[in-house]
Amino acid sequence: MLAQAFFFWIFAAVLVGSALAVILARNPVHSVLFLILAFVNASGLFVLMGAEFLAMILIVVYVGAVAVLFLFVIMLLDVDFAQLKQGFVQYLPIGGLIAICVGFELWYVTAGWTRSPHPAAAAAPTALVGNTKALGLVIYTRYAFFFEAAGLILLTAMIGAIVLTLRHKVGVKRQDIAEQVARSPATAVELRKVASRAGI
Amino acid sequence: MIIGLTHYLSLAAILFTIGVAGIILNHKNIIIILMSVELILLSVNINLVAFSTFSGDLTGQVFALFILTVAAAEAAIGLAILVAYYRNRGSIAVEDINSLKG
Repeated sequence: MLAQAFFFWIFAAVLVGSALAVILARNPVHSVLFLILAFVNASGLFVLMGAEFLAMILIVVYVGAVAVLFLFVIMLLDVDFAQLKQGFVQYLPIGGLIAICVGFELWYVTAGWTRSPHPAAAAAPTALVGNTKALGLVIYTRYAFFFEAAGLILLTAMIGAIVLTLRHKVGVKRQDIAEQVARSPATAVELRKVASRAGI
Repeated sequence: MIIGLTHYLSLAAILFTIGVAGIILNHKNIIIILMSVELILLSVNINLVAFSTFSGDLTGQVFALFILTVAAAEAAIGLAILVAYYRNRGSIAVEDINSLKG
């Protein structure tokens, strides 16, 4: 129990520190790297809470895909980020004020919530199987339609991202199979009467 | 000292607050704004998993999984829009994104 508390405080401290570094760093590349650190520490917290599957998914999806996507975009775009940092100090008071308000509201909720006397039917984890298997037993039965909807959302995102960023350059020769198949002798072949010893 | 539900909820509240502050402080840089949104979603996930663990109900983890899916889709679409916008206008400063203003 002592080790759990020890690791909780380490993970929590590094998580909060790296989250602060994400929003305060001057260079967006540093922000992304601190975001990766934050995700790794959050997955450590998930392991502490016994949600191993989500911890691994967090590493694979966030660190492996989303953070790398952010890095790609930052390095792809030639933007003057120092110019975008202007106005930071000017907005510090109002940003701090809104943050304090939101933090106070969240603290109020955290301190004052109570459990409903009529809980919904729980999807209880069975202690005999692991976290991943228990999650699978719930996802593929009770939440099967939600699971398919999630897959549909990912498909939409994939198609949308491709459509948004795809562009056809003009002047590039491409193979167009429909155009090739639609050719007929009338359009493809030209007959010429060549005069003797004259050439075309 | 025993780590309870309140510790995790407080941590998620702090993380959410940092995310909100990041959106306001970096109001010119849309990439940092997207990263702040990711932080906020991460804090929501910590909340859901904490409730799931401490009440012995797997539903919270299932919902955390769905939030993860939507967050990944949102990041992909947002960054694709960003790249397309940068190609057209040559800038991603938030105050330049006002083409839809009437």
